[in-house]
Amino acid sequence: MGKLQPVEDWATDFEVLDEGYVHDPFPVWDELRNTCPVAHTNRRGSTWLLTTYEDVTEAAHDIDVFSSLDIGVIPAVEDEFDPLPYGLPPIGSDPPLHTWTRRLLLPWFSHTRVDGYEKMTRDLCNRLIGSFIETRSADAAADYAQQIPVRVIAKILGVPEDLSDDFTGWVRDVLEFADVEERAIRGRDGILGFLLEQMPLRKENPQDDLISELLHVEHDGEKVEDSVVLGIAALVLIAGIDTTWSAIGSSLWHLATHPEDTERLVNEPELMDSAIEEFLRAYSPVTMARVVTEDTEFKGCPMSKGDKVLMNFPAANRDPAAFEDADQVILDRARNRHVAFGSGIHRCAGSNLARMELRVAIEEWLRRIPEFHVAPGAEVTWAGGQVRGPRSLPVVFS
Amino acid sequence: MRIRVIEEKCQGHARCFALAPDVFDVDDYGQSSAKNEGVVPPSLEEKVRLAIENCPEFAIEVLEP
Repeated sequence: MGKLQPVEDWATDFEVLDEGYVHDPFPVWDELRNTCPVAHTNRRGSTWLLTTYEDVTEAAHDIDVFSSLDIGVIPAVEDEFDPLPYGLPPIGSDPPLHTWTRRLLLPWFSHTRVDGYEKMTRDLCNRLIGSFIETRSADAAADYAQQIPVRVIAKILGVPEDLSDDFTGWVRDVLEFADVEERAIRGRDGILGFLLEQMPLRKENPQDDLISELLHVEHDGEKVEDSVVLGIAALVLIAGIDTTWSAIGSSLWHLATHPEDTERLVNEPELMDSAIEEFLRAYSPVTMARVVTEDTEFKGCPMSKGDKVLMNFPAANRDPAAFEDADQVILDRARNRHVAFGSGIHRCAGSNLARMELRVAIEEWLRRIPEFHVAPGAEVTWAGGQVRGPRSLPVVFS
Repeated sequence: MRIRVIEEKCQGHARCFALAPDVFDVDDYGQSSAKNEGVVPPSLEEKVRLAIENCPEFAIEVLEP
């Protein structure tokens, strides 16, 4: 990064890591929706960018033409280390592998299970707030948002919480620095190396955690292959951390910069549920890719087998054709069919968990810190690409 | 009012369950279904309309208004 060619025409040469775009992508999407709703680039291979609600949801449901075998917005590094012949199922797979691996995973993120994680999440939020509240300032992204989902995921995977910083570093390497080869490799090798070390231990001595269960469960009368277990566990680690942390950070950024909304949410806590959905809509963190399986025409655009298509859920959720006053954050928005967690068979398996973490993180923050704003003169930095959210959000409060 | 959740369309977003838990149930795999054979008491009709308008998969069908 830092050496990217500037974009002159977003319709024909878009760049998802462009600094200005990462910081504020909304005007680009608005412009494209009006002029060229399916944009194209040849940077990192032939890639299409969808920007309307209709196009994104239609493509998400056409799983025969738009395969999930390559979901990376930034192409993965290719080298000789490839312990994942099946990729990251279920999200990085098509049926039938997708169908049965997803069924293994879903009960771990059911409402009932997620309710069981709520207390530890609330305690964790308070512990974090307690560590900085006396100083009347914090980095709401790095000191708070970033610290929450990783610890809940560590609990589900059954790994020690004190590895949280390692996990966070590896996941950032994989998602945020996917374009920097040595960091992408370091993150991948960190995650897979850790899991490959843990799996034999849990085979010998199973615990009450997801990795142990995957290693002992049977599918069609046979144990699940180690490489599939590795893929699922790596997915949970990667997808469960950066995404929710970004949603928490973006929501806090909104509140820090819109004191009228903060005041309203503090005074009308019954709006919390609709406000959370609205933050998810307006600041959806996640874009997923698909790969085209056959030469096809989509909305008048000639797509070739092997092309990438970016399922721009964040832009779909800002589409004025699907949402009234789409560019406004309306805390009590009643009709909100947003697709922040995707659409179709790949709906985020952890959406119940993510919603709980986001709600509890905002509830506890506002309970302890009902008034706050961005520190004067401080710079808010954002990451983008696959997952968009603030990485540094210095705030002050009284 | 009588409704049903179209099983093949439901993908487990669970918005209906969040908005009208007295009318909808959701299983461990995220599949939603309507309780009470889909019959909605008048007092819950408003909540069900909200659930319909918040389902990203358009998976709730009104059988009798």
